[in-house]
Amino acid sequence: MGTISATIPETPWTLPSKGRVGIFSLIAAESAIFSIFVVAYIYYIGKSLTGPTPRQVLEVPIFDTICLLSSSITIHLALSALHKAKTGVFRAYWFATLALGAIFLVGTGQDWYRLIYKEGFTIHTNLAGTTYYSLVGLHASHVTIGLIGLTIVMLLALAGKVKQEHAERCELFSYYWHFVDAVWVVVFTVVYIIGR
Amino acid sequence: MQSRGQKLESSPKRQPAWQVAAALLYAAATALAGPGNGSASPTSVFAPGSTPAHSIYDISIFVLEISAAIFVVVAGLLAYAVVKFRQRRSDDETEPSQVYGSNQIEMAWTVIPVLIVVVLFLSTAQVIHRVEDARRPPGAIDVTVVGHQFWWEYRYPQFGFTSANELHVPVSNASDAMPTFLTLLSADTDHSFWVPRLAGKTDLIPNRTNKTWVNPEQPGLYLGQCSQYCGTQHALMLLRVYVQPREEFDRWVREQQQPATLDPSVAEGRRVFETTACINCHTVRGTVADGRFGPDLTHLMSRETLASGIISNNAANLRLWIHDPDAIKPGSLMPAMNLSDPELDQVTAYLLTLH
Amino acid sequence: MASDSLPLPGSIALTPSQEGSKAWLETVHEWVITVDHKRLGLMYIGYALLFLVIGGTEATLMRIQLAHPQATFLSPQVFNRMFTMHGTTMIFFVAMPIVFGFGNYLVPLMIGARDMAFPRLNAFSFWMTVFGGLLLYFSFVGGDGLYGAGSAPDVGWFAYAPLTATAFSRGHSTDYWALALLVSGIGSIGAGVNFIATILSMRCQGMALGKMPLLAWMNLVMAFLVLFALGPLTAAQIMLMIDRYLGGHFFDTQAGGSAVIWMHFFWIFGHPEVYVLVIPAFAFVSEIIPVFSRKAMFGYPAMVAATVGIAFVSLSVWAHHMFTVGMPSYGNAFFVLTTMVVGIPTGIKIFNWLGTMWGGKIRFAVPMMFCIAFLFQFLIAGLTGIMLATAPFDWQLSASYFVVAHFHYVIVGGILFALFGAFYYWFPKMTGRMLDETLGKWHFWLFLIGFHLTFDFMHVPGLLGMPRRIYTYEPGRGWDIWNLICTIGVFFQIAGVLVFVFNMIRSYYRGTPAGSDPWDAWTLEWSTSSPPPAYNFAKVPVVRSRRPLWDLKHPEDPDWKYE
Repeated sequence: MGTISATIPETPWTLPSKGRVGIFSLIAAESAIFSIFVVAYIYYIGKSLTGPTPRQVLEVPIFDTICLLSSSITIHLALSALHKAKTGVFRAYWFATLALGAIFLVGTGQDWYRLIYKEGFTIHTNLAGTTYYSLVGLHASHVTIGLIGLTIVMLLALAGKVKQEHAERCELFSYYWHFVDAVWVVVFTVVYIIGR
Repeated sequence: MQSRGQKLESSPKRQPAWQVAAALLYAAATALAGPGNGSASPTSVFAPGSTPAHSIYDISIFVLEISAAIFVVVAGLLAYAVVKFRQRRSDDETEPSQVYGSNQIEMAWTVIPVLIVVVLFLSTAQVIHRVEDARRPPGAIDVTVVGHQFWWEYRYPQFGFTSANELHVPVSNASDAMPTFLTLLSADTDHSFWVPRLAGKTDLIPNRTNKTWVNPEQPGLYLGQCSQYCGTQHALMLLRVYVQPREEFDRWVREQQQPATLDPSVAEGRRVFETTACINCHTVRGTVADGRFGPDLTHLMSRETLASGIISNNAANLRLWIHDPDAIKPGSLMPAMNLSDPELDQVTAYLLTLH
Repeated sequence: MASDSLPLPGSIALTPSQEGSKAWLETVHEWVITVDHKRLGLMYIGYALLFLVIGGTEATLMRIQLAHPQATFLSPQVFNRMFTMHGTTMIFFVAMPIVFGFGNYLVPLMIGARDMAFPRLNAFSFWMTVFGGLLLYFSFVGGDGLYGAGSAPDVGWFAYAPLTATAFSRGHSTDYWALALLVSGIGSIGAGVNFIATILSMRCQGMALGKMPLLAWMNLVMAFLVLFALGPLTAAQIMLMIDRYLGGHFFDTQAGGSAVIWMHFFWIFGHPEVYVLVIPAFAFVSEIIPVFSRKAMFGYPAMVAATVGIAFVSLSVWAHHMFTVGMPSYGNAFFVLTTMVVGIPTGIKIFNWLGTMWGGKIRFAVPMMFCIAFLFQFLIAGLTGIMLATAPFDWQLSASYFVVAHFHYVIVGGILFALFGAFYYWFPKMTGRMLDETLGKWHFWLFLIGFHLTFDFMHVPGLLGMPRRIYTYEPGRGWDIWNLICTIGVFFQIAGVLVFVFNMIRSYYRGTPAGSDPWDAWTLEWSTSSPPPAYNFAKVPVVRSRRPLWDLKHPEDPDWKYE
């Protein structure tokens, strides 16, 4: 048996891009993982048997938050530049994104250092510690993965290998980065607004 | 071990013909199941002896009835289709006429299940409410049940004593209601309290307080066992509920409230008991032994069984149990104490006086 | 290889075997590095069959122990490991890989694509699943570390807290369990992403969503469920690892943690998981029944809607596994309602399959026999499911042998029967040779008898108060005879599976050549050769209806006129 009747006149046949579908599916699965950690965090608010409470030790990371959220804007600007083949502008904004993400991660690191060594608040301390480090840590690990991705693209861009035709791939990556930012909004709300 | 009487007879008042038939089928089945003498299982869910179990029994029969009807209709249709529409030798090679579907038919077989679900849900919700939200009457007995790996602790806060492995509750009947309300706690892992003839199971979960209640109508021994996997010896964590007439129960309570007997003839055994690790885990009220990890032994000899209902409580078994618990219940958390033979005899003799 | 300069004794005899081993290694290498969806599909299936034998052996050992009261065939420790490993193996390393395997093999062929959307991700997913299984079974060797002898996990396949805490589960067996599920779960999420992207973005021209074969639809729904179900499992395993390795307190009841929240997290995964497995089984049945009834699928849109409906509802029924944990009455009532609602779309499906058979000319080939048995058994499984959904009845039956019988009715009577049907149906496509019909009938009847002996009678001890997961029981409870019958049934099932394995091996070498379309079927996979070439289709097909091959075979009365 040969192929199926090819007598039908050619009509345009478009399907969603597999990259987009793939990244959105991945984001859906990641959201499910984060939801469970968020639910655990909310469920255990105020259930620790011993101190310290989050209110006593946690400081609101406003500067880090501003950095991370503005990195969403810079990656967006980087991509519109790439779509217009302005690779120089792209590189600048991409670097800004990388730097802002790195500042966030360093900020989280400093915060943890303070909590662990100054406040003695660890993952083992109480339920607040367990849920705090797990949720913020899960997010930070996603930021780390994002930074690795950003760095790879940055190196390729510096080597002049990122061109206009790669705009869609970079855009797929940017969806992940936006997701990481959006998760931070949830984490921030849960940890620093509801949880304190 | 068998508790007799009050099995099928205690099903609800009105019995439609099919229910009688089902009961007969069931009786035949259990007769087959019995160890040669035709007696039914002592743990059958179809032999309720307490209000929660009765409520469950009634809704179970209702659901079984609906399921049976659905089964007959659908399996009948399937059998009919298989027989009627099979390919026959006489058939020609043509394809049957192609039907792609019918919205009316789809509607029909959507609406009928919806109606069945509504009926089932409403009747179920009613039973849930009746059993779970039952009000505790003022005269009820309270017992706190604490699940341990792999035994049961029973505390009677109203009477101020603690016992183990054999739960005693009074009979409760319509003229003289005295239900028992159980508070369920766990000292380690999850357990579940399941005496099928008295009530459905409820889990005992650490860091959580659960409740259940029973009001057995007939005296007797009701069996069950832990039904949430709790570790190595989950299988041998048996439940024994002794339902006693009121006077008998009151007498038992008075006996349990007494401190332990101090028999001077077994002073040596008591000394060994109190100078070894026994007292780290066991309590004997009125002595220095006040451990909490193991069963309270104040009135050990008032119990019929050892090791959570698995062997009868007699001198030989008791001695073996102290000598090597693993020989009886491998994985039990009671350690072998490595006592010498004379010490074993002395401790056993001492324990045998704890009536 | 052996040159004249090396006249060593025996070298001549060695030479061919050396060459043979080289070729063998090359073949292995080719399979290991492959990204071809058909090879990965076959490897998934082969891997799952291997674990089916292992998991089946574990089940057999347990059934031997339970055949008589107070048996001493297995110690409690070994028995507890057996049921933990049996459950974990069968769900994660048999059922999941086998449905992924069939999906991998069939979906691209049926939607007229040349491969999955992300072939390398596909290979990654498969190998993660493999490593997950190896990690789980390595626990037999490395589980207890310092204590010398190894030990496998013994916390039950849903591993309720706090039994998994370091206080109760010493050694490393539980760590292997958690890691195995974490690793294979990542593979499953990858597979889910891949299925969605493939089905949404790789369909051939003309194959609108409403013209996809039902198998593609159902795999799409299954993949969405994987995304939303495996996430919670992954999260829960990460929390368990944090508890065990970093001293966290998620499930530490001594530090205020909750044992119940583990149950919630696990069953938020666990119940959709049932549908992850059963929806592909529906998919096989939905392809086989029309072909062997010689009719188009009855009520295609209703089937799609019912599948999507089941998937949605299945995300909100998980706590029916927890009716005995002391939820408030309104909570229990809510989950009773959602669970019973699942019955509605499931009923629609059963009726649509019946509607497909109605008025057809049913051919009783082995695939169809398995599908008819599936319908019958799935009906019973659904009805016992309604009984268990009735929370008060569940207070009696939960964690009893009735539940064990119920879910084996779903998984063996439903899913496994559909899978056997799928093997007989698609084996010719995968290998180019037919499976033997006579041996197939032996397989069918032996397995059917064994299944009913074991799992019909397993309901009874549950009703008579026998809890699951007990390694022994005392006589006098009325359980003895039923347990003995269950055990006898197992040996019929083993015989059936042996016939099946023999049939596959024999037919692979000596079976009747199948040709491209042995069943006179209607979907695209039958339009290419058996086995299909690496790129599936010489020319990517164009379709106009749900049954492109029907259109081709009946140009006078094609489907697209009616759809």
